Amino acid sequence: MNRIEALLQKKKDPILSIYYTAGYPSLQDTIPILQSLSDAGVDLVEIGIPYSDPMADGPTIQQSGTEAIANGMTLRVLLDQLQSVRSRLEIPIILMGYLNQLMQFGIEDFLKLARKNGVDGLIIPDLPMDIYEKEYLTLFAKYEMPVVFLITPQTSPERIRKIDQLSQGFIYMVSDASITGAKSMISQSQLDYFERIAALGLQTPVITGFGISDAETFQTASRYSRGAIIGSAFIKSLDSKNLAQSVKSFIASIRS
Amino acid sequence: MNYAVDENGFYGEFGGAFVPEMLHSNIETLRSSYLDITGTPTFQNKFRSLLKDYVGRPSPLYFATRLSQAHGCQIYLKREDLNHTGSHKINNTIGQILLAKELGKTRIIAETGAGQHGVATATVCALMGLECVVHMGVVDIARQSPNVARMRMLGAKVIPSRSGSQTLKDATNEAIRDWISHPVETHYIIGSVVGPHPYPDMVARFQSVISEEMRWQLKEHTGRENPDAIVACVGGGSNAAGAFYHYLDQDEVRFVAVEAAGLGIDSGESAATSVLGTRGIIHGSRTLLMQTDDGQITEPYSISAGLDYPGIGPLHAHLLSTARAEAVSVTDQEALDAALRLTRLEGIIPALETAHAFSALDKIKFNETDVVVVSLSGRGDKDLDTYIKNLPIDE
Ligand SMILES: Cc1ncc(COP(=O)(O)O)c(C=O)c1O
Repeated sequence: MNRIEALLQKKKDPILSIYYTAGYPSLQDTIPILQSLSDAGVDLVEIGIPYSDPMADGPTIQQSGTEAIANGMTLRVLLDQLQSVRSRLEIPIILMGYLNQLMQFGIEDFLKLARKNGVDGLIIPDLPMDIYEKEYLTLFAKYEMPVVFLITPQTSPERIRKIDQLSQGFIYMVSDASITGAKSMISQSQLDYFERIAALGLQTPVITGFGISDAETFQTASRYSRGAIIGSAFIKSLDSKNLAQSVKSFIASIRS
Repeated sequence: MNYAVDENGFYGEFGGAFVPEMLHSNIETLRSSYLDITGTPTFQNKFRSLLKDYVGRPSPLYFATRLSQAHGCQIYLKREDLNHTGSHKINNTIGQILLAKELGKTRIIAETGAGQHGVATATVCALMGLECVVHMGVVDIARQSPNVARMRMLGAKVIPSRSGSQTLKDATNEAIRDWISHPVETHYIIGSVVGPHPYPDMVARFQSVISEEMRWQLKEHTGRENPDAIVACVGGGSNAAGAFYHYLDQDEVRFVAVEAAGLGIDSGESAATSVLGTRGIIHGSRTLLMQTDDGQITEPYSISAGLDYPGIGPLHAHLLSTARAEAVSVTDQEALDAALRLTRLEGIIPALETAHAFSALDKIKFNETDVVVVSLSGRGDKDLDTYIKNLPIDE
């Protein structure tokens, strides 16, 4: 069974997922961070493929991506770094990146290598469901590579139903009309939206992301969905001089 | 060959709407309603009467005697520089502001490079009493300062884009991020035939008034509707799309798309997408763009802020890849020289963007009887600083 599905089946407590940018703060930090996250008991990771023009991302992820690219991170380097990871770690890994990078690599070559190197799923924010269905579904299915789709406060109920049908693993509920970035609180209108989604009784589990930053926002989001994803706040907390310790204390602060 | 957009928003293999879910609802609303809304007689009446009485259309088609002699062919200038606000950009913003009102939007955002689209957007927002926010790269704010002042006087808020190369590409990223964060009340007026479907088609339709007028104006001048060639500069490609539009199916009309080569195609400082670009996705559209082997979008360079863009609209990618249009690239210096020549021969100071189109006339061999229309997309007031600094102009 896919590691993401296995996690969602067995885990009863809120799922904590961490997003971070590959190759940041330095090129060789991708795997040590993964190891520290796994050691700290994080359930799921999303590794961001740094991109020059990440249109759905806020300043923190933009900046970490720019630095990672300057450090020499590329999609090929990232896949190389992941090569031996599955001999040591079982934590489910999702790669998150924009379609242009995958096209330039060659979609099929990418899927083949990602599958081989233990990647469990993909998030491609600028690959809309309809184009995925028409142009890519067969290829992704051939390599058994699940794609996680996003829903937002503007996504219509009919479209959510369709995404529910097409989704594998989980649905990524974007917490607000926003780009990525840490926020300190969740508003009443966001809670209304979380409730509306919870009431739909979707077959696919829902995990919340964007703007989740600390124990409180994590717990709130987890009351309405299976868990939450923290990105920008985690990236900001990384201390390049004491990487393992900074990861450990950030995760402890969320779980406390 | 069919050059119209298909029902899924593609021109051949190019186009589409590769947008994150956060924008799906807005893009879908536009897609499903733009033809219905813009096709009604009420909309067309409002659009046409503003173009006539407010913009000053039709823009003249002027026979350039001395320039024709210099180049040995019959050159006509389509005078978009005489439009209110000084370029073709206003044709599109008039159309989109009327559409935004129909959609009940109260806040308008735009990206701008040269500032012409920003000014045209700020202008229609003042006209309609709508809030206006313009994203503009820090580099462009410095090199197009007269337009920044105009936008501010018109009541627009100009937000500096500090990411990437701090030019048009980055201003567009910031506008998209703004729209993601304010999806309900905001309409994004894109300034060229770029971005996700339906923008390329919608903007081309609003700009198509250029070739609609050319047909009857050429008939008056020459007795026939078709020129032998149309020459236009291409940033994203909106003035070119407007000038080509009604001739797309007339294969005998030659299309010349002029790109900015910057310091030279092989210099690493260029914006010549047709030569340096490969297939990929930029700003929600599958098209040709300049990128690295790793799929990172390259930071382009041109002296002209409006051509300093690493992609081209999907229509143009299609026209070039099917050889319906040919591309010519022009360096900074060649464009500067062409600007001075047009000024001295015809008494018209063109925008730096437009100057690229005039330089292309040196690179193509025309017959003496050939009728060539150059899209004079904008006037050069905004570029005087650059001209004075770079041209041999006596005190
Ligand atoms: C005068 C003028 N011409 C041309 C352009 C390039 O845009 P497009 O290729 O969309 O016509 C600009 C852009 O700012 C402009 O100001």
